[in-house]
Parts: sequence; structure tokens; C-alpha cells
Amino acid sequence: MPTTERPAAPAQPAVQLTLRLNGREATFAVEPDVTLLDLLRERAGLTGSKKGCDRGQCGACTVLVNGRRTLSCLALALAHAGDAITTIEGLAAGSELHPVQAAFVEHDAFQCGFCTPGQILSAVGAIAEGHARTGDEIREAMSGNLCRCGAYPNIVAAIAAVQRAR
Amino acid sequence: MSTVIEAVAVSRAVGQPLDRIDGHAKVTGAARYAADAPIAAPLHAAIVQSTIPCGRIAAIDESAARNLAGVVEVLTYRNAPRVPVLSFDFTTPVTEELAPLQSDAIAYDGQHVAVVIAETFEAARAGATLLRIGYERREAEVSLDTARTIEHPEQWFGDDAQPRRGDPERAYNAAAVRVDATYTTPEETHNPLEPSVTVAEWRDGELTVYDATQWVRGTRAVLAKSFELDEEKVRVISPFLGGGFGCKGFFWPHPLIAAMAAKVTNRPVKLVLTREQMFTSCGYRSETRQRVRIGASREGRLQAILHDVLAESSRVGMFVESAGAVTTMLYDVSNIAVTHRIARLDVPTPTAMRAPGKAPGTYALGSALDELAYACGLDPLDVLRRNDAAVDRSSGLPFSSKQLLACYERGAEAFGWSARPKAPRAWREGGELVGWGVATATYPALRSPAQARVTLSTDGLVDVASATHDLGTGMYTILAQIAADELGVDPRAIRVRIGDSSFPVAPVAGGSMSSASVGPAVQDAARRAYHEAVAIATSSGESALHGLPERDVEARDGALRSKADPSRAVTYADLVRLGGSGAIEALGSAAPGDEDERLSFYSFGAQFVEVRFDEELARLRVSRALGVFDCGRILNPKTARSQMIGGIVWGIGMAMLEETVRDPRYGAVVTNNLADYHVPVNADVPDIDVLFVEEPDLAFNSLGARGVGEIGITGVAAAIANAVYHATGVRVRDLPIVPEKLLGAGPAAG
Repeated sequence: MPTTERPAAPAQPAVQLTLRLNGREATFAVEPDVTLLDLLRERAGLTGSKKGCDRGQCGACTVLVNGRRTLSCLALALAHAGDAITTIEGLAAGSELHPVQAAFVEHDAFQCGFCTPGQILSAVGAIAEGHARTGDEIREAMSGNLCRCGAYPNIVAAIAAVQRAR
Repeated sequence: MSTVIEAVAVSRAVGQPLDRIDGHAKVTGAARYAADAPIAAPLHAAIVQSTIPCGRIAAIDESAARNLAGVVEVLTYRNAPRVPVLSFDFTTPVTEELAPLQSDAIAYDGQHVAVVIAETFEAARAGATLLRIGYERREAEVSLDTARTIEHPEQWFGDDAQPRRGDPERAYNAAAVRVDATYTTPEETHNPLEPSVTVAEWRDGELTVYDATQWVRGTRAVLAKSFELDEEKVRVISPFLGGGFGCKGFFWPHPLIAAMAAKVTNRPVKLVLTREQMFTSCGYRSETRQRVRIGASREGRLQAILHDVLAESSRVGMFVESAGAVTTMLYDVSNIAVTHRIARLDVPTPTAMRAPGKAPGTYALGSALDELAYACGLDPLDVLRRNDAAVDRSSGLPFSSKQLLACYERGAEAFGWSARPKAPRAWREGGELVGWGVATATYPALRSPAQARVTLSTDGLVDVASATHDLGTGMYTILAQIAADELGVDPRAIRVRIGDSSFPVAPVAGGSMSSASVGPAVQDAARRAYHEAVAIATSSGESALHGLPERDVEARDGALRSKADPSRAVTYADLVRLGGSGAIEALGSAAPGDEDERLSFYSFGAQFVEVRFDEELARLRVSRALGVFDCGRILNPKTARSQMIGGIVWGIGMAMLEETVRDPRYGAVVTNNLADYHVPVNADVPDIDVLFVEEPDLAFNSLGARGVGEIGITGVAAAIANAVYHATGVRVRDLPIVPEKLLGAGPAAG
């Protein structure tokens, strides 16, 4: 057996990080190897953002960073000082669902619901980008968000309905 | 053409396309999955897996991992708590006779060999990379090609695994038209978007586990036996599942490791498997090699089917991918021989994956019947129709309800089948070859005993509780609909609580049996609660319905009312107060009887698919799909349609994308991530149409509903392969149908 005399990695000191989380300033002490996703889930108590693969392949961790859809599992938290982060918990206006959230319920655009926060934030981003004008555009723009339950046709219908109502 | 049976009670909520009652929680992030468990400051655990397929651990160097800041403990076979090795039975659903971290033996690549427990997720993950493990490797068999240990199981889950009838060899040899073809399907991995996860906490000798499981009662039983505890001292909670599809159905080792870690550290521990680990830690669909021989008349009437299946299992657990199971009952044929052979390999144990056996089996059989149609010069749909089985030929029993011919009919009409050009490779649109394919879908209707509790309380709340699950299937919603109809209340006002082992018993959420099992139990509980409420209403002097006979009372709009004068009413909240015991609580139960001695219970369907192949770009797409299904009464057409769409999407993945590739020398999965293992993405999926031919199956249960979870995938891969042949003239007998299999093969291949 090739035993290695590898020294233990040094403890990485935490750094103060302030960001705008769903409209409010929030400050954390964060080590440099903490991703934005793990910060949200494990330290900010915002478990709506999901970890499906932890390597940017599934889209379940999608959040909006300064309005732009972003894979939070591939983003280091410390790289986002001062940024405005919107998670699924911050999308509704009080008790009133965001139109994309309401359309997802009405069109049954999910089954297990695990990919849904990422799908919804991705859809909000795609609509804002102007990439949701046709069914084919929606399919393309939403193909970074896997749905293993296979709700895709209903996801397309939900986003198209929101786009039409704009 | 659907048949309406008069006996069905008029219902208001069941049968309505109600939005999911858990929808709001799911679109706001409020739904808590196991990894979101409300446990403050848990330790985090990271698993380390073996990197050899067979042998033993020779040495472990934990020093670097233990020296890492934040690492609390490292468990291996040398220091983990001792637990017994359990064997599978229907109350102890262990998949492998291999308790984790108990010995140095390695049975497959990707076996859990250590767990690093740390204050943070980051430290646990880093610590796991610092563990140094040396192995003594022994020669391994990891491929069906070189397998030496082949078993012939006699039975699988109560069914004959080697069924025969008639004289199939003679009938086949004497047939005017013969098809003899071998079809292969690769390993597939479930890959629910939610990785398996367990959060375990010990308190005063009692264990609470938040686990992503399709079977809280099964998980509880294994944990209790492993730690030698009474089952009441173990509680398993799984209110939301991020998909399962079979890989969270039986018990895999990781919850036990999480519970060991929590016990040793005396702290709550969160253990989330990585996506890579999901490929070896909770089963997969076995590879299959299926030789199908069909003998038929020139008119396409079946005379013999011989279906030989080779699949794999591990050395430490038995699973039979029973691809030949439905071959015995799906068509009207007198001579049948089905064999299942299982190669024992040094690989992880396969398990049930959406429509186990039936998904690969209907691909092979549905392809072979298409080949028969071309050999006879017949329309493939006509071959299916003229071999329709009026009774289940495997048992001789009549089907409880069967609308398969109506499914073919409705589907052909909706799809426009009569316009299909007969010859393959005869249809071009623009630069694309176009083809249509059809195949039969089927899945057995299963049912298990189940219980549920309905509680009415003074605040007017109607609560339904059962230890069943919602994997995205819509269980929350249909249980509310069922209780609503019995109690005359709005289903959206009902609170449904499921996924907790402390609730009344329910079976594994698998085998498409939850609706048919738990639904009638909820109905029974709600009826009992209703009768108790009526008894109070008619007997209490303070009730507006005092003195009325029960038959003159009905439940409507959230209260009990006089039928003659609906304004004479008492709310449930008032009745609970009048009853004086704080609540009206009723336990309901339901179980199958001896009906399966008289009837055969199956669901059926017809899958129609259009594909387009651009030869210049080598691009193959499904451009249309239609599924027509006969699943008895549909409890909620909105959620049932979603289940079917999902099944068809799974069929698209199976037919064209999914393949778990194992290194043939070392046995490691080389496609162990979602970039190399291709599940369908949005752009892979066209609009999908779903139709139901609804005939309530009241011989099956009081709701008339059979399951809808699994039938949706069956037949899809065959319909796609048949459409590909129709489009291109190339018969692909080896899934997945990736474009390179269509290149250079030429129209004559096949």
C-alpha cells in the first residue's frame, strides 16, 4: 500500500462576507472553499435551493445573482460579496406567488418538486433574457435544468403561459 | 370508447384534475426533503468507496484525515459499531447480505468502506480525500460476456421465473413465419434528482432518521433489527422525496452508516451521497440480453414465443430483471417458454427501476412483433390487434377489466395511423426521414394491505395520516380527494400527512400499488369517521340533526346536513365538541382478498411514436408521442397525466440516451455523472399526448383504480425502435439507439 506522508491541510480561516440575500443584507463568516449553494443551505437556512449533482450538471441549485441565473454549486460564496442573490424563498411577493410559481402549479410543471426551485428561477431568468418567446426557445433555454420526473412538456406550457400574459 | 359503470358512487373530488395540494410548498421552497431536515448543527459525513471490484482492504491510513481541522471521527470496518448481516424478506428489505463497515471484504467497486465525519460539509469532503486505503485485489468478473456463475432462479417475487406451456419448440419449428432475434439493453441508473440522504439523530436510546426512502416502515424495520431495538424506538421520516423510481425502495447501507456515525459521535449526522456515489450505492437496472423467437402463421397469428433472458446480479444480493414475465400473458399464444438466467458478477446489486423487467421486456417483445409484422407483410398494429388475449393465458383467468383494443383504436385514430406508409424508409419530409412505431404497454395491478387514520378536530381540521409516500406521484392530492368525497368537505381544506413510520402502516411506494392500497384504506377511515360523526349528530340532544335516521343525513359543504332540509346542519367542529372526546378519530384499513384466484389484474396501453432522422446531421429525435392507457378509474387526471408523460420521457431516455458504462476490466462505472450519463433534457422531449380509456376496476378495489406509476415507460422503447426502423430501414436491437448505430448500417441491415 502506498502510504503517503501527506500533511493535514491547514485550517482555512473564515472571512467576513456580506451579500444581499432576497433583498436583505446578510453577513456570514465563510471559509474560502464554501460554495454559494452550501452557504445558502447549511448556513443561511435557505434549503429551497437543491443540490442534485454539486458539479453544475443538473441545474437544481440555480439562483439569480444580480438577476442572472447562476449555478450556485459552481459559485464560491466569497466571490459574491455585495451581490444580490434571489433564491426560491425570495421570489414570491409576500403571500402572492410570482407568476412563474403560479403557472408551475396550474400546469403541473413538476412532480417530485426537487428540481422545481431551480426550474422556476431559470424560467424567470430565461423570460428576462428574452429567451422564452417560442416553445423551441423555451426548450433550449431550459435544457440546463434536468427534471428526472419528466415534467418537461408541462414546464414548457407553464413558461409559455407566463410569456403570453406579459 | 369507455364504459361507465353505474355502481360507482357519485363523487365530487375524485376524478377532478385538482392542482396538487403540496404544490404551493414545492414552488416556494417550503417543502422539506430529507437533506433539509430541521436538525440544528448536524455533523456532516462523507463516504469513501472501494476502488477495486473484488478482494480485501489491506491497510488504512487515517492520519491525514484525522489531522484535518474539523474532522471529528473516521469509521471503517476496524472501529464501526457491530451490526448483524440481515437477509432479505418482505419485512426486512435489505438488498445485500453485506452489512456496511463490518469486514475487510470487498464485493464490488463503489462499496462503502469508510465514512469521515466532520463539523462542516467542506471538512468531511476534504477529509474523505485524505484517507489512504490499500487493497489486495483478486480477479473479478464484471461483464456478462465473461460470466462463469450463471443461476436459473425458480421463482421471483412469487412468480415462476421459468414458465412454459404447450410445446413451444415444436410449434416454433413448425411455424410458417419465424423471427429469431437477440436484443440487448444496457445498465441504467435511476438518478433521481435528489441524491440519497440520511440525517440521523439518537436521543435517549431512540433513533430518529430523516431518510430519502420510498418505504419508511421497511427502513425502520432494518434499522431496528440492526441496532437490536424495538421498532417503536426508531422513527423514519420522509415527507417529500426528490424522486425515487425504485432506488429508494429497498434498504441500502447508507442509512445504517449515518445512524452508526450519529451513535459514535453522539451528535446528529447528515450524510448525503454524491451524484457519483449514486451509481453504485442504491441499485441500477441490470443489463439484459434477450433472445426472442416467435413462430406465427402467415396471417401473423402467434403460435409460439420463446423468450430467453440473461441479466446480472451481484455476489451479495439477488435481483432478477424479469424481462420475460409479461411475455406469458400479453398475447393470445398457446406455446410459451420463458427462461431467466442470472449471472453473478463482482458488481453492485441491481434493483427495481421504473417498470422492472417490463421496461426491457416490452422493448424486446415489442420489437420482435414488429419484425414479425414486416415478415408477414402486415401493419404492425394489426398484428397486435389480432393477437389480443381475451383471457390471461398464463393463468387461464379472465382479466378483471381490459380495454387494450380500445386503446389501440383510440390511439390509431388520434395519431392518424391509417395514413402511415407501409414500407420502411419511404417517407421524407424536408431533409428528414420520418417513421411511426407502435407497441403495447402493460403493468400488473398490485395491491398490499394498508391502513390510514382520519382525525376530525374541534378546530374543524380534517387530518389524514398514513405511512405512505409521495415521490411526485400525487399521493398527497388523491388521498385528500378520496377523504373529501367521504366527508363532504373541500379537498384543499384537508391536511394529509404521510412519510412517517409512526403513522398507520402502508407498503413500499413501489410496484405502482400505492393508490390501490392506501386509497381504499383512507376511504375506509373516512367512512368510519363519517359514521361516528353521524352517530353523534343524530343522538346528541344539542345537535340540529337530533333524532334523524342516518339515512336522512348526508355530508356536504363541510358539514352534516339533513337531506330534506340542507339548512339543518352541524359542522364537524361542532360534532367533535358534542362528542366530548376532543376528536373523532378513525383507523381504516383495506387489503386484497382472494379475488386474484378468480381474476387477473393488469393495466394496459398503446404507445405511438413518431421519429425524425436527419441523415446529414445524424440527428435522431422523437417528434411526437402518444400514450393511450387503461388503468381503471383515474383519480386525478392532472397528476395521472403527468405520471404518464414522465413514463414516456423515461422511455425516450431508455431508447435513445441512457447507458451506464462499466469498465470491463476493473468494474468501475465510468459514466458516473450527469454529463456522461444522459437523462433526457427539455430539448429532447416533444409535446406528449396522453389519453385514458377509463373503466373503473371495482373487482380490484373500492375505488376502481389501478396504479399509474410504471406503465407509462413500458412499450416506449419498442415503439421508438419500431419507428426508427420505419423511418430508416435500420433495425436497432441494442439500446440505446444513438445516431452512430444508424450510420453506415444502410437500409438492408436488420
